[in-house]
Amino acid sequence: MSDSIVSRRRAIALAGVGVAGVAGAAAVGGALVKNAFADETPGAEGAVPFTGGHQAGIVTPAQDRLHFVAFDVVTKDRERLVGLLKDWTAAAARMTAGQDAGEIGAVGGIPEAPPDDTGEALGLPPSGLTITVGFGPTLFRDATGKDRFGIAGRRPPALADLPHFPGDRLDETISGGDLCVQACANDPQVAVHAIRNLARIGMGVVSVRWSQLGFGRTSSTSTTQATPRNLFGFKDGTANLKLEETDRLREHLWVQPGDGPEWMTGGAYLVSRKIRMLVETWDRTSLAEQEAIVGRSKGVGAPLGKTGEFDEPDLAAKGADGELLLATTSHVRLAHPTVNGGARLLRRGYNFVDGSDGLGRLNAGLFFIAYQRDPRKQFVPIQRNLSRTDDMNEYLKPVSQALFACPPGVTGPDDHWGRALFA
Amino acid sequence: MRTTRILALAAVGVLGGALSACSGDKADDTTAGATGGPITVKASDTACEVARTTIDAGTSVFTITNGGNKVTEFYVYAPGDRVMGEVENIAPGLSRELHVELPAGSYETACKPGMIGKGIRAALTVSGSAAPLTDDAKLADATASYSRYVKSQTAALLPKTEEFVAAVKAGEIDKAKALFPIARTYWERIEPVAEIFGDLDPKIDGREEVIEEGMEFTGFHRLEKDLWAAKPDVSKDGPIADQLLVDVKEIVAKANAEKLSPLQLANGAKELLDEVATGKITGEEDRYSHTDLWDFNANVEGSKAAISSLRPVLEERDPALVKTLDTEFANVETALGKYRDGDGWKLHTALTEADLKGLSDAINALAEPVSKVAAVVSKK
Repeated sequence: MSDSIVSRRRAIALAGVGVAGVAGAAAVGGALVKNAFADETPGAEGAVPFTGGHQAGIVTPAQDRLHFVAFDVVTKDRERLVGLLKDWTAAAARMTAGQDAGEIGAVGGIPEAPPDDTGEALGLPPSGLTITVGFGPTLFRDATGKDRFGIAGRRPPALADLPHFPGDRLDETISGGDLCVQACANDPQVAVHAIRNLARIGMGVVSVRWSQLGFGRTSSTSTTQATPRNLFGFKDGTANLKLEETDRLREHLWVQPGDGPEWMTGGAYLVSRKIRMLVETWDRTSLAEQEAIVGRSKGVGAPLGKTGEFDEPDLAAKGADGELLLATTSHVRLAHPTVNGGARLLRRGYNFVDGSDGLGRLNAGLFFIAYQRDPRKQFVPIQRNLSRTDDMNEYLKPVSQALFACPPGVTGPDDHWGRALFA
Repeated sequence: MRTTRILALAAVGVLGGALSACSGDKADDTTAGATGGPITVKASDTACEVARTTIDAGTSVFTITNGGNKVTEFYVYAPGDRVMGEVENIAPGLSRELHVELPAGSYETACKPGMIGKGIRAALTVSGSAAPLTDDAKLADATASYSRYVKSQTAALLPKTEEFVAAVKAGEIDKAKALFPIARTYWERIEPVAEIFGDLDPKIDGREEVIEEGMEFTGFHRLEKDLWAAKPDVSKDGPIADQLLVDVKEIVAKANAEKLSPLQLANGAKELLDEVATGKITGEEDRYSHTDLWDFNANVEGSKAAISSLRPVLEERDPALVKTLDTEFANVETALGKYRDGDGWKLHTALTEADLKGLSDAINALAEPVSKVAAVVSKK
């Protein structure tokens, strides 16, 4: 860290700024002591490198919290859009390093000016923050077919509009978008701070179309992580693509040279789906039926008929009654690579609870996020399978869907998001 | 260091002595224009004929006669629509005067029949020599310019409130309803100034929920609630109407006497847009009449007037910001312009969620650069 770059905590320490009188000062002081250790041991509170061949926030071991936002671009001016991508890159580089969004900071400026950072992350460590950007199909051509920014010819064939899946009643106002930003962190305040500041920087160029908070990860993206549970109470993401599986990542995750277009090489495609879970009816379903629907045991998470979580499911195994242990309508079977032409996904979803609905039901579910090399060969066939026959559908209500092309990583200070696309 | 004093005294013939701050009644108009004699302006619903297009620097007098059927306004604009002088609320058949001191430069005159839009414009060239203003003089000029604006607005706020109050007291429901958004326009343009005076703002413009215990729900919105009730009844509203006029008179006098700092202008411009973002977009302001877009437009106009007053300073210190502000003000005007309805505006309830989102985006895009003006102005 150079002298000119002052972290949020360092700024606080230097300025001696209490958040709210004595109590606030004490709280900040406590955070300082705790965080001093985090600096030396990269972990839940440390910084994830912003630059690299791939964007952070994809194979990065999934953090606990999510704030995901989709934007509509409201300017017609290509230069303003590119300018915003540059500004966002600079702000993201700062925030992921635990610094304020702007160069001046939340408390460093003159009293007459609104601060260029909103301030709610003052005193908080980087918290593993990653900020990942994607470009939606409508950025290339709008609904009327117009080439908005002269990049229609660069739209990747893999960024094909997703088909309608049986059972989907999607809310257009929380689907799609021209741009997306995924902020993941181990502290929800840090993730929200990142999105809030990027949205503010974008005013006049982009407008928030929808956003979603996720409070708990539902997938592991590294073998070092324990498999978390979704709101059905089952382990989720056992068979996920993982950081350590470099060969599989090449085959299933990262866009490879020659896949085309060139600006996407090293990137990946993101599909998001907000899936409401009807937990009240699920909860009154018998344990045996829950397990049959999922195809795994609820405790260990082992495929039915096996004993360990990571045991390979035996799709042919039959029980004493001669019936398949993994029914043809079970979730594990339908999502398994062998019934989907070998297709795999890197899932990175989060549990969400948006309070309760008017009937007193938990407005909750899974905000599904999956990264892949080509959705046409991966997400689409898998989802077709699930939508048609998955027994779980009785308890699911998909309400939104979006697709984005996430470009490769930013390589250094001279690079910015979208540089190759808008070159 | 000399500060150029610019005087622009709107003559309010209809009101006579009601406004102590305004002088230049038609009767005592002996002041010769800089080019000798008043410049006549023939205003109609479709034309704005200014007798001269070139005048000499100094104080000029424009005599505007409204021969049309719509209430009109007359403006002299410096570049960037900076108001050098204006007369509001010129009723059909009336003549009004504008005294304005104009340094050499390029200007535009404008009549606004129906009081809407950019108006009918014409170029006005002022010749002569004028030393460029120093930085401090530009700041002083900014506050003087905004004071003129406040005076022009209060000069219309008072008679329009009188008309509204009279209609309420006479039980003329339809007339009162028609006057409600018009009287409020002049109020909303200068609301940050009004807010300086503590208690008066909630008494005049308080919404039902902001009323504190022991305080009565009065002012514009109380009358609005009664006028737009399912069965409108203002028969008991006489004292409320009278009090509104008393309060407006008091605030007019105070506003005209108030000396604002350049920083207050900058913050006022931002606050007006915040008003739009929090109260008008949501339809909370005029929840009974749904005439929020009148207020929306007035807030934007008021914000623009404050920024325009600061323009010479901003041009010098941050020309890029001025460019952004011009673009974004124009963007808001275009976005809002879609909801014009004759001389007025569509009701808030006629707009879809998508319409309101579009307006919200435009206001946000404008308010962010406007929020940067204060720092530029306070820069030493």
